[in-house]
Order: sequence, then C-alpha cells, then structure tokens
Amino acid sequence: MPVEIDIAKVAALARIALSDEELAAYGAQLGVILEHAERVQALPTDDVEPTSHPLPLVNAFRPDEVWPSLDRDDVLSQAPDTVDGYYRVPQILDGP
Amino acid sequence: MTDLADLSIADAGRGLRDGEFTAQELLDATWRRAAVTEAHLHAYLVLDREGARRSAARADEELAAGTDRGPLHGIPVAVKDNLSTRGVETTCASQILAGYTPPYDATAVERLRDAGAVIVGKTNLDEFAMGSSTENSAYGPTRNPWDTDRVPGGSSGGSAAAVAAGSAFAALGSDTGGSIRQPAALTGLVGAKPTYGLVSRYGLVAFASSLDQIGPLARSVPDAVDVLSAIAGWDRHDATSYPGDVPEMGRSLDAGVQGVRIGVVTELMGEGIAPEVLAATASTIERLAAAGAEIVDVSMPSTEYALSAYYLIAPAECSSNLARFDGVRYGLRVDGGTVEEMMARTRAEGFGPEVIRRILLGTYALSAGYYDAFYGQAQKVRTLVRRDFAAAYEQVDVLVSPTSPTTAFRIGERSDDPIAMYYSDVCTIPSNLAGDPAVSVPVALDGTGLPIGFQVMAPQLGEEMMFRVAAEVERSAGFSFRAPLATSEVVEP
Repeated sequence: MPVEIDIAKVAALARIALSDEELAAYGAQLGVILEHAERVQALPTDDVEPTSHPLPLVNAFRPDEVWPSLDRDDVLSQAPDTVDGYYRVPQILDGP
Repeated sequence: MTDLADLSIADAGRGLRDGEFTAQELLDATWRRAAVTEAHLHAYLVLDREGARRSAARADEELAAGTDRGPLHGIPVAVKDNLSTRGVETTCASQILAGYTPPYDATAVERLRDAGAVIVGKTNLDEFAMGSSTENSAYGPTRNPWDTDRVPGGSSGGSAAAVAAGSAFAALGSDTGGSIRQPAALTGLVGAKPTYGLVSRYGLVAFASSLDQIGPLARSVPDAVDVLSAIAGWDRHDATSYPGDVPEMGRSLDAGVQGVRIGVVTELMGEGIAPEVLAATASTIERLAAAGAEIVDVSMPSTEYALSAYYLIAPAECSSNLARFDGVRYGLRVDGGTVEEMMARTRAEGFGPEVIRRILLGTYALSAGYYDAFYGQAQKVRTLVRRDFAAAYEQVDVLVSPTSPTTAFRIGERSDDPIAMYYSDVCTIPSNLAGDPAVSVPVALDGTGLPIGFQVMAPQLGEEMMFRVAAEVERSAGFSFRAPLATSEVVEP
C-alpha cells in the first residue's frame, strides 16, 4: 500500500512553491517510494543504536591559529542582491 | 602509433620525462579528442581552455627545470561539476546555481593542482549528484561512449564518459551511493570510493554529508591509485577528514592474491542481477581462486534493507544540506513579495524534479511524528549493515560482488520509474552506509558489447588490500577493450 502523506504540508516545510498538479504528482510518487522505504520497519531493532556517521569522531580540535577568510567582495559578488557589504532580501519586518 | 590521448598515466608521465612530447602536446591531444567526442557525448559542462593551457605550460617549464611534482604532473584530468573550482563556473548541473563561480577551490581540486595536474574542465552529472544515469542534468544528458543510445551511469556520468572516450586521462567523481563505481562499471573504467574521510569534502557541494566521498575514475587500477594518492589526506577545512596517516595504496599492486581470503556476498549474487553480470562475476571469482585466493561465501542479511535505509538517510541529509539554496547568497533568485515567497519560488524554479522529490522525501522522513519510524529506523538499519560488514571482515580480507545489477541501460528507459532507477545502486550502497572503501574494475563485455564491472570492498582504511585484489582482477580479466567512440573514426554528427 502506498503511504498517504500530507504533501502540501511537506512542501511548505521544504519551502518549495508547487502547483496543485505538482503536489498531486509528487505525493503519489513519494507514497510509492515510502512503501519501499517502509521495509526498514520490518527489522527488529530494539537493542540497536542508531548510526549517524561512519567514523567514531566525537570532536575535532585544531590549533588556535588565525588564517585568512575568503575575501568578502569575492563572496558577495555571487549574490543576487547586496547592499553595503551585506546580502539584501525582501523586507522581513514592518517599517517604523 | 597510439594517439597520445589513449596513453596510461604512467606512460604519459614517462614520455613527458623522456622528452618524447610535452604537456602542451598531451593537452592538444585531449582537445582534439574532445572536439570529436563531445558532439556525441556531452561529457563536459565547461572546458577551461585558458586555465588548462596555463597549467600545461607551467608543467612543461617545471619539468624542464627539474621540478617534478609526481605522477600527475602535466596530465590532463577532469573534475565533476559538484567540486568547487575557483573562477570556473560550478553549477552541479542545476539551474539554481547557473552562473555561480566559486571564490575558492575544493581541497581535492587544490591537491590536483599541487600535484601538477592540468584540469581541463568540469563534467556533467545528475543534478546535485542525485541519480544513476546523468539524465537528471538541467543542461541535458551525457551519453555512453560504448553506445550513445545508452546512459553512462551516474551521477558521475560526465567524468566516466570523458575518461572512457579519452577526453581526459582520469577524472574526479563523488560517490554517495555508488556514483563513482556504477558509472565506472557502465563505461569500462576503474572507479574507487575511498574510506569515508580519506579525502576532504571541503568544496564538494554537499548532498548527504555522512555518505559523500570524492574519488577517481580512471582507465586502470594504477592510474586510479595515482589520482587517489594525490588527493587523500587530512584537511583543516574538513573536521570529518581522517587525521591519521594515509594508507600506502599502491604498494601491493603486484603482490597477487595467494592466500588472500575473499568473501562473496551471497545476497548480491542472485535475484535482481542480470544473468550475464552474474556469469562474469562468477568467472572473475574463479580466476581469483586459480590465482591462489581462498574463496568463502558470506551472508550479509541486512543487505536487502540497505537500499531502503539509504533512500531515507540520503534524502534526509539532502533536505537539510540543500536548504542553503534559497536565493540569498548565490545563484538564482525569483522575486516574491515576502522572503518566504522569494525562497519558495526560487527553489521551485531552480531545482529539477529528482532533487525536489528527494528534498520532499527527506523533509517528510525528518518531520515530527514520522522521524522515529523512518529516519530513526533507517539509522538503526545502518548499524546492522555495519555489524554485518564487521562480522564478515572477521572471516575475510575483502568482499566481492557485481558493481551494477545490469550493464548500461537505454536513455529514458528508467527515467519515469524512480524505484527501478534506485535499484541501480543496490550493490554499491552498503559500502557508503558503512563508510568503507570499494572499487569497481571492468572484467568483461556482455553480448551486446557493453562493459561489466566487478566490485571489491574492504574495511575502513583497507585500500592497500583492496587495490591489491583489484589489480589481480584487472590482470586476470585482461580487459583491454576501448569504447568504440574512442577508437573509431568518428565524424561530426
């Protein structure tokens, strides 16, 4: 059985603006993929710790040395919109 | 006389040092080949003619002055377009990064330059490395030089097609679930995914950070070892890079397999694998036995769940990593009234269907109420896969299997069926989940003349033994076929 999901909610969480037709198509595809992925639930795993990473790295320390960062103008040159050395986006707060 | 573009890295290096030809002549041979093959293949997204010319000229000057940077000095190589190259457009084959020109080199790219390699261009891929056919490129598919109606595999399909066709001597790819090994198998190349952390991921545009590794695609095992040796090693820019000494990878290539214990993964030797692939795998194993290896059947019961776990873990990590493409710092922006509208429209327009599918899948698997049942459970299955490998490596030195369940499929054949496409990676995914190295070596052609790859897997940092067995596989197979497109007189279409 394909898995039923609230695809509109998932698309909103993922910040992807999709039409109703696109939502229906992706919803159906994901249902089928998740039906296969659900197989992982068939295995007994009560005593199994999850693995999030292949190496047993707990923390990585480095010497406290200063080295140069990327040049700010180089980095900002790739942005769609900048002002005074900052990224510019549509207004996010109401004006005074 | 052999076309310079077809030489091995070792032979090209010898010729350079003996003064038979120059690095600029090697590069010219590469351009001549690309001029013919690119019209058929579309292996490259960008050819960096000016940068490559400068590198080749510098290599000639250095070699003439007695400065020798090692086996890659003066050798033309290609780089997958999800690796950042300073001043050279890097799009990951996505519209969302159209025009993006990184302000820095990936560490693997920097190390290639330090080794004197001549970087000729950026190769095509499935968008953000998500796919197994290179059909998911926003800039059009790459074709297989063995049969241009077929895919070269993916996601490093551009790198594979370029090296197989002779428009690069070797190339870098990235492998998250098989994206180096599967295209290598489908194009008759050697492709290696090293131990997780052996190569820095700094500057690799992240897909699934706990699985991604950079590695070589090459025309022989020694060529692959040369490239991997040049890029491996700890990097201060990647806290997950391996801090110890890099294993000696090429030391035992001539040692043979007398007494080496080789495990055959029984779960990967039956249902779902094409009969001709199974037969070629079985004869390769027989040749290893004849060369003195001890062959053992090994069962890894978690293997059949690994694919399902991967298609939860990789999308989950991808949904998080690709959140950075929001129209603010680089690439495409589609205007919207609010910040959220701008971001959501930018992402809808900039990402292709497979990337959107995986972001949605990962977002779902990580969302409240479903996390434990999907992502959490997949991480536990990952532990079971690691346990199966650990148990197997108590009995054997390496494990072997087919690399890909089939040879190259036709363009369009699987593009409407994500599940069939995902199954392409069934043999390669377990090594990514475990963080182990694995390599594909070409061993035979099928009845239609398409290459078949054989996979050798080893425990973490077991590269020396892995390449030792791979070299015996290569010798005993005597695979000396070249892609028809690289060997015949081809005309502009």
